[in-house]
Amino acid sequence: MPDIFSQGFMLRAFLAAGIIALVSPCIGTTLVLKRLSAIGDATSHSALAGIAFGLMIGINPILGAILFSIFAVLGIETLRRAFKGYGEIATVVVMSAGIGLAAVLSRFTSSASSLDSFMFGSVIAISDFDLWLTAALGVAVAAVSLILRKELFFVTFDEEAAKLAGVPTHTVNLVIMALTAVTVSVASRIVGALMISSLLVIPVAAAMMLAKSYKQTILISILLAEAFTIGGLFVSYYADLSPGGTIVLIGVIFLSVTALATRKRRM
Amino acid sequence: MDEILRVENLNFEYPDAPVLRDVSFTLNKGDFLGIIGANGAGKSTLIKLILNLLPCPKGAITLFGEDISSFKDAHKIGYVSQKSNAFAKNFPATVEEVVAANLYSQKKLFSRYTRADRERVRDVLSRVGMDGYLDKPIGKLSGGQQQRVFIARALVAEPELLLMDEPTSGVDAANAAAITDIITDLNSRGMTIVMTNHDTPALFKISSVLLIFCEHGNGEFVKKTDLTLDEVNDIFAGRRKHHHA
Repeated sequence: MPDIFSQGFMLRAFLAAGIIALVSPCIGTTLVLKRLSAIGDATSHSALAGIAFGLMIGINPILGAILFSIFAVLGIETLRRAFKGYGEIATVVVMSAGIGLAAVLSRFTSSASSLDSFMFGSVIAISDFDLWLTAALGVAVAAVSLILRKELFFVTFDEEAAKLAGVPTHTVNLVIMALTAVTVSVASRIVGALMISSLLVIPVAAAMMLAKSYKQTILISILLAEAFTIGGLFVSYYADLSPGGTIVLIGVIFLSVTALATRKRRM
Repeated sequence: MDEILRVENLNFEYPDAPVLRDVSFTLNKGDFLGIIGANGAGKSTLIKLILNLLPCPKGAITLFGEDISSFKDAHKIGYVSQKSNAFAKNFPATVEEVVAANLYSQKKLFSRYTRADRERVRDVLSRVGMDGYLDKPIGKLSGGQQQRVFIARALVAEPELLLMDEPTSGVDAANAAAITDIITDLNSRGMTIVMTNHDTPALFKISSVLLIFCEHGNGEFVKKTDLTLDEVNDIFAGRRKHHHA
């Protein structure tokens, strides 16, 4: 078995995974606490349609994913207003549209294996361009999350009070949606479009059981996401497993153990 | 007298029912308005209209001499909602984070949470009797303690007008009495208060002016000194109509 770090593609995978693990909890915390976790799923299925579209017309699939994800989150936000009080309808409609479109467009892609690699994640396929794109968009998502941390907390905890204090809540909600779209798209390369919503939710869910404050929740969920992705890459490399699936399963096992270990404290 | 709030000929209706009909009153600095009325009479709706959380279709609302449509001084108004503590109990936030959030109206985009801000948060928590709770998770507090924290959150921005919608609803008797004391103290220091409460005698005791909704919307605005509690109850029950001097 060759040394893991002697492989150029694994170095790229570790770098990309490290960036994704940094930004996923930044936006995942907001989605989980605003009870919008399912939006990650709906967006990732739309991202898959964008990937198929990118493969079909010959552009970088991540760019296609970003384009379709942004349409998806705008669609969710519009439909949420139309179905006020029943916001989950919007999520299901957009997710269905994403799956349907991905299924139709997949027939026109030249390589079914390429689409598969985006569905379940791949470390071999990460190009230098993918890595730079991931780095640039990751820095953008992290920077916006940091700059808007006061607004994100306030809108997440009590949107009405935030509005009264002068927070532009509609704009902040659109920013949350845009950050979700970008995060899901860049993460689909390595974690897989079908599994990225797990990386948005599981580290945050585990951190909520351990943290005593909002700030701690974000910091712990970043540390956990880093541990899950880096651990998952090691295990998947040496055990010859799918990296995305391994990352998610490590997270689920940790979450289950944490839930058992902290059940008395949380009662 | 500094005029704080003026409501003129306010009308509002939901698609299925009229709620407010031709409501008018003026509050000056230091007034304490108690709003009395049955469920659905329009008490919460009136507060939401004053806060511009609902569009004002007919009539006019003026805050600090400015029409609410152009009013921008968010920090001048504090609000404690009936459902402030309706958040998920396992929401991971400390008392400090919840109170400090409302400093937003005085902060710029890139501004940081400073030591002076922390002192301000400590100070308002002390004023509502919640010293020592700074680092406690908000979800672990009792309903009454949470309500005190939400009063502190409203106070941290140093408002001049405080609107409170049933602040003692669902709160145990000891905390309800403590909250009433806090509100009375704020009013005695010159803060203008608007408050709804189902407990008419309690509200009658602490307010200086009353708005009484006997049925849908027709609010009678009266000075407390003009009436006894029995007369207020009669207006509320529709047995009597008050005639302004």
